[in-house]
Amino acid sequence: MGNTHDDPSKNVAYDTTDTVPVGHHHESLSFQVKKKGPWQTAWKKLKRDRAAMTGVVILSVMILLSILAPILPLPDPEETDLANRLKPPGTEGHILGTDELGRDMLSRLIWGGRLSITVGFVAVGIAMFIGTILGLIAGYFKRFFDTVIMRTIDVLMAFPYVLLAIAIIAALGPGLMNTMIAISVVGIPYYARIVRGSTLTFREMEFVMAERAIGANHFHIIFYHILPNCLPPLIVAASLDVGWMILAASGMSFLGLGAQPPDAEWGVMLSEGRKFIRVAPHVSVLPGMAIFLVVLSLNLIGDGLRDALDPKSKS
Amino acid sequence: MAGYILRRLVALIPVLLGVTILVFSIMHLSPGDPAKIILGPKATEESLQQLRTELGLNLPVHEQYLRWIGNVFKGDWGRSIQLKMEVLPLILDRFGATLILTAASIFLAAFFGILFGVIAAARKYTFVDRFLMLIILIGFCMPVFWLGILLQIGFGLKLDWLPISGMYPPGERGAGELLKHLILPAISLSMGSGAIIARMTRSSMLEVLDHDYIRTAYAKGIRERKVVFKHALKNAFIPVITVLGMQIGFLLAGAVLVEIVFSWPGIGTLMINGILARDFPLVQGIILFVATTYVVINLLVDIIYAFLDPRISYE
Repeated sequence: MGNTHDDPSKNVAYDTTDTVPVGHHHESLSFQVKKKGPWQTAWKKLKRDRAAMTGVVILSVMILLSILAPILPLPDPEETDLANRLKPPGTEGHILGTDELGRDMLSRLIWGGRLSITVGFVAVGIAMFIGTILGLIAGYFKRFFDTVIMRTIDVLMAFPYVLLAIAIIAALGPGLMNTMIAISVVGIPYYARIVRGSTLTFREMEFVMAERAIGANHFHIIFYHILPNCLPPLIVAASLDVGWMILAASGMSFLGLGAQPPDAEWGVMLSEGRKFIRVAPHVSVLPGMAIFLVVLSLNLIGDGLRDALDPKSKS
Repeated sequence: MAGYILRRLVALIPVLLGVTILVFSIMHLSPGDPAKIILGPKATEESLQQLRTELGLNLPVHEQYLRWIGNVFKGDWGRSIQLKMEVLPLILDRFGATLILTAASIFLAAFFGILFGVIAAARKYTFVDRFLMLIILIGFCMPVFWLGILLQIGFGLKLDWLPISGMYPPGERGAGELLKHLILPAISLSMGSGAIIARMTRSSMLEVLDHDYIRTAYAKGIRERKVVFKHALKNAFIPVITVLGMQIGFLLAGAVLVEIVFSWPGIGTLMINGILARDFPLVQGIILFVATTYVVINLLVDIIYAFLDPRISYE
C-alpha cells in the first residue's frame, strides 16, 4: 500500500478529520494515530483481520507464482503432446493433468495467471487514473467542467457494465488489449464519482480555504491537499474492483471477445475446456477455480481494507 | 407526483440521446473501413461501393446519424448482414428467451437474497450469520460461466437430473420441459445478484432492527418472526428495491454469459455471433435495445421507489 505515504510531511492534509478518535474505547489509540498516521493504523487493523489476511496470503501466492513462472521448472505452456491429451489430475509428470492438446494444465494455469491478473490490475490502474483526474476536475472547478464530465458519465452509466464493455469491444474488435481498454472505460465512472464526491466536500474545508488564502495555486491544492484525502475510499474501491475486472476480462475471453486461443488465459482455457466436460471436466473446472480464488482473495482484502480505512463501516 | 414523473421523463432525453450516439459510433469508432470489414478482403470495389451506399457511409457523419436515428424511430433498425433479416423482428423474436431467463433469475435472486439477508441480520454475529455470509461471498465471487459449467457437470452429467443445454419455447413441449431447461441457467445467473441483494438486505435490516419501535414490538410480546418479517422488513425494503432494480438491468446484460454456456437461444448469443461476424447493424440494434430497456427499467424503479417511500420529495 505504500511507502509513498510513510513520509509524515505528506500527510498534513489528514490532520483535519482522520485523526479524530472514533469512539471512547479508542481513546488510548488516538495518540498512536496522531503519531503514526492513518495508513499505519489501517495496516495494523488489517493485520488483525483474519479473513483479509487469508486473502492476502492466497493473492500473494498466486502473484508470486505468476511472477516466477519463467524460472519455475514447468513445461512449456504451449507445447502440445497429442499422445497425452486430457489426462486427469495426478498423472505422472502432470500434477493437474493435461488439456485437449496434451498441454500441461499446471503450467498453463500459472502462465494464465500472469495474463489474467495483470489485465485486472492494469485495467483498474487506467480506470482509476482517468476517473480520478476527471473527478478532481469536476468536483474542484464545478460549473462547466462538472456538467460536461458528469453528463458524459451519466450516459456511460446508462449501460449495464457488461453491455458497455461488449459494445466497446464490438467497436474496437475482439482481442485482449481491446478488452482491457473496454473494461477500463467501463470502470472510469465509478472512480470519477467517488473522487468528485470527496472533492466537493474537501474543497469547502478549512485546510483548503487556508491554502487558497495564502495563494496556493489550483494544481498544488488539488494534488497535495485534496487528492491525498480522496485516497482511502479510492483504494477500497480499487481493491474490490480488481476482482471485478478480472472476472470481466476472463468473461470476455470466455465469450471469444478477449484473449484468443492458444493463449494461456483463464477465460480462454475455460471456454476451450468446456467442449470436454463429459470426458475431462478438470480442463474447464481448474481455470474457473483459479479465477474464483483470485476474485475471492481480492474481495476479502477489499472488505478488510474498507473496515480498516473507514471506522464508520464497522458498525 | 405527475410532475415528478414528467421531470424524470424529460431528464431521460439527454441520456437516451447519448446512448444512441454511443451505439451509433460503434461502427464508426471501428478502425478501418466498415464496408471492407463487413465484406472481407476479397470484396470488389463495386460491392464495397454498393454496401457503402446501402449503409449510408458516403454521407457526412451527422447526416448518417440523423438518418439512422430517424429509421430507428420508424422501426427500421437495418438488416443483419450475416443473417439477411430485418434486425428489429430478429431481436424481438429472440428477446422472449432472454426475458424468461432474466425473470426467473431475478425471482430467485430476490427471493433467496432477501431471505438469507433477513435471517443473517436477525441472527447477527452468530454461526448462522457467518455461514450465510460465507455462502453469499462465495456466490458473489464465482464467475457465472464457471458456476454454469459446475452445475452442468454436477446436476447434468454426474446426477443426470436436468438437461445441460438448449431450450424449448413454452408452447412447444409444455411448461414442464421449459422449466427443466430453465433451472440450471437461472441458478447460475441469479447467484451474483442474489449475493448483492442479500448483503444489502442484511445491512439495511441491521440498521432497522436497532430502532426503538422494534424493541417496542418485542416488548408487546409479538413473535420474532412477525417482528422481523413484518415490522422490520417493510422499512428495510427501500434500499433493497433500488439494488433490485439495478440488478434487473445487469441480469439482462449478464445473461449473455449464461446463454453461451447453456446454448440458451436469447439475444446474448445473437449479439456475440454478430460481433464475431462483424455484423454491425445487428450488434448496434441489440445494444440499443438492451440499453434502452435498462434505462426504462431504472426509471420505473425510481418511480416505484417514490411511491413506496413517502419521505422522498417530488419537488
